[in-house]
Amino acid sequence: MNKPARSLATGIVYALGEKPIFKPGDAIRILDRSPIGHYRVPIYLRGKVGKVETVIEPVAVDNEEEGFGRNAGSRRHYYRVAVPMSEIWPDYVGSPRDGLYIEVYETWLEKIAG
Amino acid sequence: MSEHTHHDHDHDHPHAEISHSERPGFYDIMETAVRELLIEKKLFGADEIRHQIELLDSRTPALGAKVVARAWIDPAFKSRLLANGRTACEELGISFYDDTQLIVLENTEKVHNLIVCTLCSCYPRPVLGLPPDWYKLKPYRSRAVTEPRAVLTEFGTHIPDDVEVRVSDSTAMVRYLVLPMRPKGTDSYDEEQLAALITRDAMIGVIPVSLQTGRTAQ
Repeated sequence: MNKPARSLATGIVYALGEKPIFKPGDAIRILDRSPIGHYRVPIYLRGKVGKVETVIEPVAVDNEEEGFGRNAGSRRHYYRVAVPMSEIWPDYVGSPRDGLYIEVYETWLEKIAG
Repeated sequence: MSEHTHHDHDHDHPHAEISHSERPGFYDIMETAVRELLIEKKLFGADEIRHQIELLDSRTPALGAKVVARAWIDPAFKSRLLANGRTACEELGISFYDDTQLIVLENTEKVHNLIVCTLCSCYPRPVLGLPPDWYKLKPYRSRAVTEPRAVLTEFGTHIPDDVEVRVSDSTAMVRYLVLPMRPKGTDSYDEEQLAALITRDAMIGVIPVSLQTGRTAQ
């Protein structure tokens, strides 16, 4: 198979939301919002600080928007996010390295100083 | 685990008649109403519902066991499985009918994985079938994330302090499957013998695989 010439890949402009905003290792906060409706970010994690483990490929529909019948153009990335157990539960019993891992849609994350 | 000896005894006493005498609850009535409306509006037919139930019932932990056993004996398959759980399972003919991705979590000497769905009952159904009742009930769902080590202890699983516990909470697009450690003393086992050792609970992460836990153990 012929490899496409490298020059083909330069100058390409990607659609909004096509490229992930966060990368593995980024320090993030899961947003603490309380919109009306059913949202799949568990309340026990809202406002908690962690880091991005992996970008989940491919982009996927925002199932929260889709739940209200709005899905046009809402494909974006999900991220596997790691949050230390001690960050969630101050009285946590176990190893300080124990962690909670969850996938969170891009619109529920903000970057913080690492 | 000993099988209930229900089918071994002589039938010299009457069994209670199998009947459904309870009144349907709110959600039962809601489900019936929505289903009948959707069929009436021709969005899908009764046979499609029946077929979907048949599909769900055809998925059992034996499929997951096949995946794990293959990963244990085939390092190239294992790395494809860890890179993309869904496509690796599809290689073995296990289809994903529900648009979910699969992340396979490898247990090691240093890391122990446990899966839960705190919001409902997300579960790797294409490879494990329907979840056990305890997986869907609130005590497991809340305690698996607040005190996973205590929950594991209740399953008879003691995780040393120097082993990291990772709890994965499935919420939306992704399902998780635990790849347990291959037990010692199984070097001579073939793929089928290995698969027979691997149980549903080991792939949820509440127990390790051992020579005693297998589906064919006496």
